[in-house]
Amino acid sequence: MEIITIIIPLLAAAVQSGTPILYATLGEIITEKSGVLNLGVEGAMIIGALAGFIVSRYTGSPVLGFFAAGIAGSFATSIHGVVCLWFQGNQVVSGLALTILGAGLANYLGTSYVGLSAPGFSPVAVPLLSSIPVLGPIFFKHDILVYISYCIPPVMCLFFTSTRFGLGLRAAGEYPAAATAAGLNVLAYRWFGILAGGFLMGLGGAYLSLAYTHLWTTNLTGGRGWIAVALVIFAFWRPGRAVLGAYLFGSVMALQLRLQALGTQLPSSILLMLPYVLTVFVLVMSSWRKKTNEEPAALGVNVEPAD
Amino acid sequence: MRLLKALIVAMLSLGFCTASFAAKEMKVGFVYVSPIGDAGYSYAHDVGRQAVEAMDGVTTSYVESVPEGPDSERVILNMARKGYDVIFATSFGYMDPMLKVAKQFPKVAFLHCSGFKMADNMSNYFGRIYQARYLSGIVAGSMTKSNVIGYAAAFPIPEVIRGINAFTLGAQSVNPDVTVRVVWTKTWYDPATEKEAAKSLLDVGADVIAQHQDSPGPQEAAQEKGVYSIGYNSDMSAFAPKSHMTAPVWNWGPYYTKVVEQVRKGTWKAESAWPGLKEGIVDLAPFGAMVPQNVQDKVNKEKADIIGGKKIFTGPIKGQKGAVKIAGGVAATDIELLGMTWFVKGVVGTTE
Repeated sequence: MEIITIIIPLLAAAVQSGTPILYATLGEIITEKSGVLNLGVEGAMIIGALAGFIVSRYTGSPVLGFFAAGIAGSFATSIHGVVCLWFQGNQVVSGLALTILGAGLANYLGTSYVGLSAPGFSPVAVPLLSSIPVLGPIFFKHDILVYISYCIPPVMCLFFTSTRFGLGLRAAGEYPAAATAAGLNVLAYRWFGILAGGFLMGLGGAYLSLAYTHLWTTNLTGGRGWIAVALVIFAFWRPGRAVLGAYLFGSVMALQLRLQALGTQLPSSILLMLPYVLTVFVLVMSSWRKKTNEEPAALGVNVEPAD
Repeated sequence: MRLLKALIVAMLSLGFCTASFAAKEMKVGFVYVSPIGDAGYSYAHDVGRQAVEAMDGVTTSYVESVPEGPDSERVILNMARKGYDVIFATSFGYMDPMLKVAKQFPKVAFLHCSGFKMADNMSNYFGRIYQARYLSGIVAGSMTKSNVIGYAAAFPIPEVIRGINAFTLGAQSVNPDVTVRVVWTKTWYDPATEKEAAKSLLDVGADVIAQHQDSPGPQEAAQEKGVYSIGYNSDMSAFAPKSHMTAPVWNWGPYYTKVVEQVRKGTWKAESAWPGLKEGIVDLAPFGAMVPQNVQDKVNKEKADIIGGKKIFTGPIKGQKGAVKIAGGVAATDIELLGMTWFVKGVVGTTE
């Protein structure tokens, strides 16, 4: 069998498995850029996944489900906002609580939906682009949610570097005291960071329940939210590198099943470990490099309300 | 005199109690490991429960999504305390908890699915689903063009390995060139991973997908790629109408109603039951329109043979590396089947 007939589907699968992680990582980047550490990505994702599934099932419209997932994600992270921005609570503890709450709530509310299916998105080849050799089948034979995810990183880059609001958001994360002195409402920027981030995390969850599969199950996110948290550090808070990281993880997830399908004699337990080994490896590698000027300086530091 | 009076009252009330006992409804409880949903393992058990519910003078109830381990002991204990007459626990991990409760309630009939422990008032039972898998293998082996069949499987335990072997033997019986490629997901119900497993098998050239999982994820993958698939547990055709050829399915109704009837009559005895096609406990889901009549006929003939006593695991059967595992003319015993940890020749994959 020609190697290319294995590699192209592998990379196409990598893009697909990487997409939910990409959405979540981009969400966490916005949140952290505003100075808030949100470890509740997993919780926001699973709530988004369930909300998307339920809305799509009852309305018959996956598009409505997709947006509902984003809103549900924002709603979930707003709890984190209330704790950290209103009450100055510990961001690490609040984020962990959100993860546990999200998983518990989604399992509780979703029990009666396990084993049911909902209308979702199916792959649509992009005309012209999908006929490019090699790149076409890898990048342009997916569902619409993958194409949307291609558009977000460039928009985010522009937002952070060339818009007043984006610069203000970064100032809130780098040096909130200076931002306040300059007349910016730091808490408002941080609220935006939390809610916009939660929206993207919810979309990442919806990708799992509406596109990747059209089914709901407990623990559908399966730890992908944690991989996203690790990827933010790997990406040095840059949307472009997040794409790279997400697809790298996607390819490892897809690879371990394909190695089995090819008939390798390695025990399957070792292959299934690969994505998690990579997570640890990525974190070690990224902390080697000095990252002080990459990490938002006021990340995780609470700000007193202005009044 | 007073004592006598008390005795009479006691005897009368006892009589009254037993009289009302005879007239009272039988209560039958079920414990499921996952939510019931629209398809899958617990769904199949619940269809059996509904058959019991339809009996006269019997009420049933169930608890779904009960984790294996200490939680299940609490659920089973609670049912026993509330006066249930028969309790079915339908997952392997309920075995020891149920055994513990069974010792405290000798009057209650306990039945545990897929385990191996017994007590005076506790049966274990399971179905020979591998017989139905053999039949589904015939369908897959007849329909494949690439001679590569993909099999998305849950955990490398004897139950699953036995199923893969039976499936492969079935496929080889009509198409000796078939290889069956196995991908382990190490999950019972994770649609995303299970779908991805099926996709990885499609990428290496499989043109029929079979599975041993609880989710229809592999069916979705097959339908998207436009190839045929074999489901499991219950008829999964609703999830992939164009792809679903058939599925080995459970049909617990006859067994469950039989047990409840025996308990009611007082003839029930604890046993170790492993019924199969003959008893109607396992079967194939209705064929999809894509399965040609001659294949259906072949399967039905083979089914009649198995019901008539034909043993699937009759030698000579070679292992993956070509060594003879079951000698010619010898049929594997139930003990050997229950402890099967090796693949037959033609399976690509590891049992680790």
